[in-house]
Amino acid sequence: MSIVADTSILARREGTSGRLSDFFWRNPKILLLLMLTPPLLWLGVIYLGSLFALLLQSFFSIDDFSGLINYEFTLATYRQLLIPSNFDIILRTVLMAALVTLASAAIAFPIAYYAARYAKGKWKVVFYLGVMLPLWSSYLVKVYAWKLILAKEGIVTWAFAKLHLSWLLDAWLSLPVVGGSSLSISYTGTFIVFIYVWMPFMILPIQAALERVPGNLIEASADLGGHPAQTFRHVLFPLALPGIIAGSIFTFSLTLGDYIIPQIIGSSRLFIGQAVYAQQGTAGNIPLAAAFSVVPIVIMGLYLWMAKRQGAFDAL
Amino acid sequence: MRSDRNTSAPLGLKIAAGLGLAFLHLPILLIFLYAFTTEEKSYQFPPPGYTLKWFAVTWNRPDVWEAMGLSVRVASISTAVALVLGTLCAAAVSRTKFFGRETISLLVILPIALPGIITGIALRSAFSFAEIPFSFWTIVLGHATFCVVVVYNNAVARFRRVSGSLIEASMDLGADSFQTFRYVILPNIGTALLAGGMLAFALSFDEVIVTTFTAGQQSTLPIWMLEELVRPRQRPVTNVVAMVVVLVTFLPILGAYYLTRDGDQVAGAGK
Repeated sequence: MSIVADTSILARREGTSGRLSDFFWRNPKILLLLMLTPPLLWLGVIYLGSLFALLLQSFFSIDDFSGLINYEFTLATYRQLLIPSNFDIILRTVLMAALVTLASAAIAFPIAYYAARYAKGKWKVVFYLGVMLPLWSSYLVKVYAWKLILAKEGIVTWAFAKLHLSWLLDAWLSLPVVGGSSLSISYTGTFIVFIYVWMPFMILPIQAALERVPGNLIEASADLGGHPAQTFRHVLFPLALPGIIAGSIFTFSLTLGDYIIPQIIGSSRLFIGQAVYAQQGTAGNIPLAAAFSVVPIVIMGLYLWMAKRQGAFDAL
Repeated sequence: MRSDRNTSAPLGLKIAAGLGLAFLHLPILLIFLYAFTTEEKSYQFPPPGYTLKWFAVTWNRPDVWEAMGLSVRVASISTAVALVLGTLCAAAVSRTKFFGRETISLLVILPIALPGIITGIALRSAFSFAEIPFSFWTIVLGHATFCVVVVYNNAVARFRRVSGSLIEASMDLGADSFQTFRYVILPNIGTALLAGGMLAFALSFDEVIVTTFTAGQQSTLPIWMLEELVRPRQRPVTNVVAMVVVLVTFLPILGAYYLTRDGDQVAGAGK
């Protein structure tokens, strides 16, 4: 048995702060608890509490005659979601979110690949800030800029006229679903603005995934006779996939819940976000609004679960 | 070993990347052009003439100043709350392993992972449930909730790089926990917190989706802009405000970048 010398044990610290410090050192669990309580109270009570209250509302229904909320458990409100007019809204939104995600990935990939593999020194900074500034700059200003661009008298119409391609624009606008009387009130406009606003969220995760791909892997593929397209298909793309999925979480979720872009630039047909907004505001039907907002929660839940299985969270 | 990477990019990739970046920046540049247009009624391109008079008109608009003031106050207080909560959470998660650690990271990320409209309507229905009237503080409550994640992300990344042995060394040399925090931990994570705070400020200053649900009658600058977008009253004033908002949000972003770019040179990071 070893005997510990008296001097190797320090004396107790004096004073409140010293004693408190010693106490925390001996009881790290209490310190942990003290650190976690404020954020958990805030997020757990305010945020999760509100979410739970919202979920609860979706199981109530609204009385058709009095317009008051009937506080009895029912699934009738969820059944209302399956009415064709409501179900169309859900389908339209999910389809738009999927298309926006695919298009964003296609546009983001070259930027991310160039930034990850070829940009060095000064150019690396240019690329980083070139992505971060639009990503963080004001959402409404970005939407406003596109209102200027897509307006009938705006720059797009002007550019098509200068190139003597006005007939092309008119032909596109006369198409049944994607067209409209001007780009700013068509699905095409909504689609472009969605891509513009949410695409930057796709670039950084892809770049992070690509930066982990060693350059000699690409060269090895070329040395073994792989055509660039084959190298992309069999080497680069599979390795970038977790990053693409991580980025798609943002583009998909953000498109799914947006109600301002389709309201300002788009046709009068609703998206989920607008339906939620209209139901809780003018219609005063909180239960249906709550049921509508459960849809993106469920879709995102499934999406995150699949993304986790693909290992996307390591790329965040 | 890495093979030599001094090969230059294929032309197609260069063009695609350049076009992508141009796509991201040209619309914002256009905002600057439109702030000087003489056209009042439409978004005509090219502008028929250029003038500075809309800057003076905007300067004398009390509603713009009021909205700007409210936005700055909301963003400041939300950032302060988010700094405290985010740092505490990051410290707890990165220093120790405990049951439910993953759940806490998820809980912090949830307010921005779920669409903003859900956070908004959830808070609104909770306020009406608890009969809390809309006020300045209901806006702050919403904003702080999603600002936490920005501070948390920055702080967690830095905590991961600050070597644990530094803290042990400080303790071995006789410093108590508070001294260690004040003289060792804080100087190492300070710039990350500042950067997180700046981004949280930019996020709150610009937020509109949650705010429409929690603001009641007051209007922050984004709400003011949204009203102008839906029902335009004086387009040139909106153009000028849009340009100012771009400039105001660029500063914290650039600041945050310069504060965190040397983040990998934190003391004790070299292993």
